[in-house]
Amino acid sequence: MKNQSNSTVPFILYLADNNLILAQRNSEWCGHGPVLEQDIAITNITLDLIGQARMLYQLAADHINRQNGNQDATEDTLAYLRNEREFSNVLMVELPKGHWGFTVLRQYLFSEFQYLLYRHLSAHADEPLSAIAIKSLKEVTYHVQWSREWVLRLGDGTSESHQKMADAVQDIWMYTGELFQAAPFEDAAVLQSIHTEWKQRISETLEEATLIVPEKVFMQQGGKQGIHTEHLGYMLAEMQYLQRMHPNATW
Amino acid sequence: MSVHHLEEKFQQTVDAEIKIEAKDWMPEAYRKTNLRQISQHAHSEVVGMLPEGNWITRAPSLKRKAILIAKVQDEAGHGLYLYSAAETLGMSRDQMIADLHSGKAKYSSIFNYPTLTWADMGAIGWLVDGAAILNQVMLCRTSYGPYARAMVRICKEESFHQRQGFEALLVLSKGTPEQRAMCQDAINRWWWPSLMMFGPKDAESTNSDQSMKWKIKRKTNDELRQNFVDMIAQQIKLLGMTLPDPDLKWNEARGHYDFGEINWDEFWNVVKGNGPCNKQRLQARINAHEEGAWVREAAVAYAQKQANKKKQVA
Amino acid sequence: MQCSIRKFYYGDIPEEQGGGAAPSESMNQHGWPLWEVFIRSKQGLDHKHAGSLHAADARMAIENARDVYTRRQEGISIWVVESKNIHASDPGDADSLFEPAADKIYRHPTFYDLPDEVKHM
Repeated sequence: MKNQSNSTVPFILYLADNNLILAQRNSEWCGHGPVLEQDIAITNITLDLIGQARMLYQLAADHINRQNGNQDATEDTLAYLRNEREFSNVLMVELPKGHWGFTVLRQYLFSEFQYLLYRHLSAHADEPLSAIAIKSLKEVTYHVQWSREWVLRLGDGTSESHQKMADAVQDIWMYTGELFQAAPFEDAAVLQSIHTEWKQRISETLEEATLIVPEKVFMQQGGKQGIHTEHLGYMLAEMQYLQRMHPNATW
Repeated sequence: MSVHHLEEKFQQTVDAEIKIEAKDWMPEAYRKTNLRQISQHAHSEVVGMLPEGNWITRAPSLKRKAILIAKVQDEAGHGLYLYSAAETLGMSRDQMIADLHSGKAKYSSIFNYPTLTWADMGAIGWLVDGAAILNQVMLCRTSYGPYARAMVRICKEESFHQRQGFEALLVLSKGTPEQRAMCQDAINRWWWPSLMMFGPKDAESTNSDQSMKWKIKRKTNDELRQNFVDMIAQQIKLLGMTLPDPDLKWNEARGHYDFGEINWDEFWNVVKGNGPCNKQRLQARINAHEEGAWVREAAVAYAQKQANKKKQVA
Repeated sequence: MQCSIRKFYYGDIPEEQGGGAAPSESMNQHGWPLWEVFIRSKQGLDHKHAGSLHAADARMAIENARDVYTRRQEGISIWVVESKNIHASDPGDADSLFEPAADKIYRHPTFYDLPDEVKHM
């Protein structure tokens, strides 16, 4: 996260990819939520994430176009014309949406991370980036609140919901380590301090939700280097097909 | 007061353009009619999320994706406003949803047609929402207060729906030959089902004068359909596309467009459940509801636990 | 009297014309209660009834109200109250409750004729 131009673009793309891929997953709930009010709620979060992704892709495109001396990159070329190995989002966000409990748990774990990261980036030297972080921080604050409450409700709800959440925690935990493994475009010290605070917040919430924080889990990684799960390919095939099938068309 | 007297007073209130509110006396048939109409309208909004929701993950640009999501989400909101309005008439939302899932309650047949290409998103916005808006604007003045208020809110929010649809088609109409073909094909497929949205011809809806008398409805099916044809026949010129009706032409004497005969067999077949997507639409709603049952239960259990904890502390 | 109404748009496909199974009486035992939502649209204005929604508890009701009723910047403050806690006057009493105010026109400033010179009072 140092202000070096050779790490700025990959870092911005990393942030953007996380948002877009999670939005794409969450958008699968639209029309299929457990109750109308919550269908609307998760969709609001989806729209926030797409909004953030767009701002970040536009910023990355500006940087790229300046470096290349042309106007070829746009938010859509970056979202629709990069392939599986070029996306650098963490694995966690590309996992299938699962049941409602899995979705809200993933949202919570990710939003807490995003909150801490954006809080740090609010003071970033790249002014457009810090502006995006400041704006997004308000949205993410609500995402944390909303998803945290759902983790509590389901963890400490019925025995059925408790079991489902306990399983979900086990399933997703091995994907949490990657968030804090610094890629070349990240600052390891910053990530480490975020990790400490993240762990503390998550532990408090899971404890209140009568859930156990897993210990000594082997952590999956690779997303930041473009080594993804098999899920991402299908997702991109679906998302990108119109752009790929009609090159240079306007929509 | 005798029922006859109450009915007379009720009719006077309606005639004076005073809204009927939830706790006012109303004829049982008025209550039932409103309940059926509002709940079916609500079901239509919610089922109507599915054909468009189908394209959210495939939207061809980030801007279109955001627009489409916001639009489908609005439909959830509209369903919610309408369920709330219907609940004032004494039926719970759970019961209404149970009636939808059992097949007892109906929803607009238009949503039983498949969305096959991206251009369908434009055609639905322009034609289906365009037809809906004509009906909804009329319903803003309907005599039952909660329904009218829900419709006012809905109309305000809907105003972007038709515009985004037309704009999406306009872009396609100026695009590549494939995009133009996609655009024309979608218009061809959605035109006749859109006309069917207004219901049977007035001559066949023998009892509709009662809902006119009660001011639940203020224009006949044929009047609204004619308004729609006149509007679309003009707008299509801007797209440089055609409507799939060889009989469509301006009638100077009537001051309206003439148009061809609707295939009513198709209409009744789709109503009866034989549309291309009746089964899967309903199944998708049932699945969402059933898969969400444990979530709804847990939220109630948690709320009770929290309330008990508060009591213990107090 | 004539009760059946045919209207075939949204709503009102008559039930006998439809396919489908027999009506179900089953009710969800875990339905969330109904809440009334009041929104303050901007600082300085009253909270106004915006509509209703379902939620498991008050906190969720406020968040749902935020997500449902303020998507277009319609509000800056939200009240929710469970619908069952609202007590309403009986429409049957409307005549005795509200008609007596009708002839007290001297409560309104326009009742009084003042010379134009007074201007603002």
